[in-house]
Amino acid sequence: MDNKRNLWSRVWPPALVLGILVACWQAAVSFALVKDWMIPSPAEVVKAAFASNVWPRLMEHTGATLGLTAIGFAGGTAAGFVLAALLHLLPGVRRGIYPLLILSQNVPIVILGPIMTMLFGYGLLPKALLVMLVCFFPVCIAMLGGLTGTDESLRNYMRMIGSGKWTLFWRLELPSALQSLFSGLKIAASYSVLSATFAEMLSPKMGLGGYMVLSTRGYMPERAFASAILIIMISLALFGLIALVERAVIRWRPGKGEAGRHAGS
Amino acid sequence: MLEVKNVSKSFSDARGTKDVLRQLSLQVGDGEFVSIVGPSGSGKTTLFGVIGGLQQPTEGEVRISGQATTGETGHVAYMPQQASLLPWRTVAGNIELSLTIAGVEKRKARSDALAWLERIGLAEYAGAYPHVLSGGMQQRVSFLRALLSPQRLMLLDEPFGALDALTREHMQKWLLSIWEQNRRSVLLVTHSIEEALYLSDRIIVLSASPAVILDEITVPFERPRREELREDARFMELRSRIYRHLAEGAKEAGRNGS
Ligand SMILES: Nc1ncnc2c1ncn2[C@@H]1O[C@H](COP(=O)(O)OP(=O)(O)O)[C@@H](O)[C@H]1O
Ligand SMILES: [Mg+2]
Repeated sequence: MDNKRNLWSRVWPPALVLGILVACWQAAVSFALVKDWMIPSPAEVVKAAFASNVWPRLMEHTGATLGLTAIGFAGGTAAGFVLAALLHLLPGVRRGIYPLLILSQNVPIVILGPIMTMLFGYGLLPKALLVMLVCFFPVCIAMLGGLTGTDESLRNYMRMIGSGKWTLFWRLELPSALQSLFSGLKIAASYSVLSATFAEMLSPKMGLGGYMVLSTRGYMPERAFASAILIIMISLALFGLIALVERAVIRWRPGKGEAGRHAGS
Repeated sequence: MLEVKNVSKSFSDARGTKDVLRQLSLQVGDGEFVSIVGPSGSGKTTLFGVIGGLQQPTEGEVRISGQATTGETGHVAYMPQQASLLPWRTVAGNIELSLTIAGVEKRKARSDALAWLERIGLAEYAGAYPHVLSGGMQQRVSFLRALLSPQRLMLLDEPFGALDALTREHMQKWLLSIWEQNRRSVLLVTHSIEEALYLSDRIIVLSASPAVILDEITVPFERPRREELREDARFMELRSRIYRHLAEGAKEAGRNGS
């Protein structure tokens, strides 16, 4: 009950602001401050999206984008997780690879898109590979940081009482890296939708990215806006899903306002 | 039970070599409670690191229950300076994990943890995460965790250093009452002279950098010990004897420093 009211009090202010912004947009078009053939009004966008010749196609493309995002996100984050764990357990290998990993952060990975398309054609493979690559780095680096950042006195305690490398990893390092892992996953979530739509734009047959490109080429701004809104919604949904999982997994954190409250001694 | 023979430990870095422990030898008997008193930075935690096998001594040997354990972990139950409870495990879960790492069967670990939490009045916190406990309660759990561990030697590193004076005395009394019912070999590090006198059978006084043994005192008070002991004349006398050692050590350190 208390929690629900708390959530509501955090949700309504930004919702109100968003509502006002949409209303302004609608008003700007309705009162002809901007030409409606340049920027369609929200009502027009919704109407166009639900038109019987558009909606089924829009949903088909949404499905394709969702699929690509899911494959890329799952594959990339799994690879990032596994590599981070391996590098952590093999410090020698880590010394060689970690600096390169950090350097590669400066490579805008989307530039690999056209190269992937050149090498692997227009199928699902090059797109999925691109999304995986994009998701891989933030997860790997956040996870490695979390594993290394494990509290030194806890590590000493666990070693002193006889924990081996595996026990240390499963019982101490992995749980204490979870927080960082989730930060990495959230970054990967928004990158994955971004890179998936970008990949679709390169070979605009399937997916919302492709549909958007075709809509702009055919000069149908309502459809372009509709696909943009759907892409944003996918991105938000994935982020929200991860935040939910995080809350379900990390239950031991002191809640806000509870942090300093102790039971009497 | 525990034998530390001629242990030295030095750390080397770019600025040179620092001797922290020099030729230290000490023993702890079966069921004996021994305290080490020394100024901050004298190398007490380092000594524990060597005894517990976290660090290889530069020279010397550690034997536990007659077995050479130099540089081997897993032979001691340990209560660190900070409570060091895993924040993602419940109170009972923390105790259970430490016991299973030390080889206790899981079900027995669980039932022992619950039974003893009940006994020390923390039953209602068995399923709580450590962050809801006060500092004193966390230290109790941390002590219980070491007490229930199957290793026969317990190392307690300034267990009450972070607590306020009143809570501290309360905890000493509590620890003593539990320990007297369940005698284990204990090596305790503290910088509080009263704490050492009140709790231990024997006290080893360490000097600072490098740590050598200045004095070794057998504490004459019978057990079970009473709170009034702190006003006993012999208590006062021993207290000033240890105090003089530490003060002289500090003066010497000051002379060497200038
Ligand atoms: N890993 C290390 N490397 C270098 N010096 C260390 C290391 N560990 C401890 N020391 C030094 O050893 C000395 C004793 O430290 P410590 O054992 O923590 O003292 P105490 O526990 O008695 O306060 C300190 O001066 C510290 O600087
Ligand atoms: Mg210390």
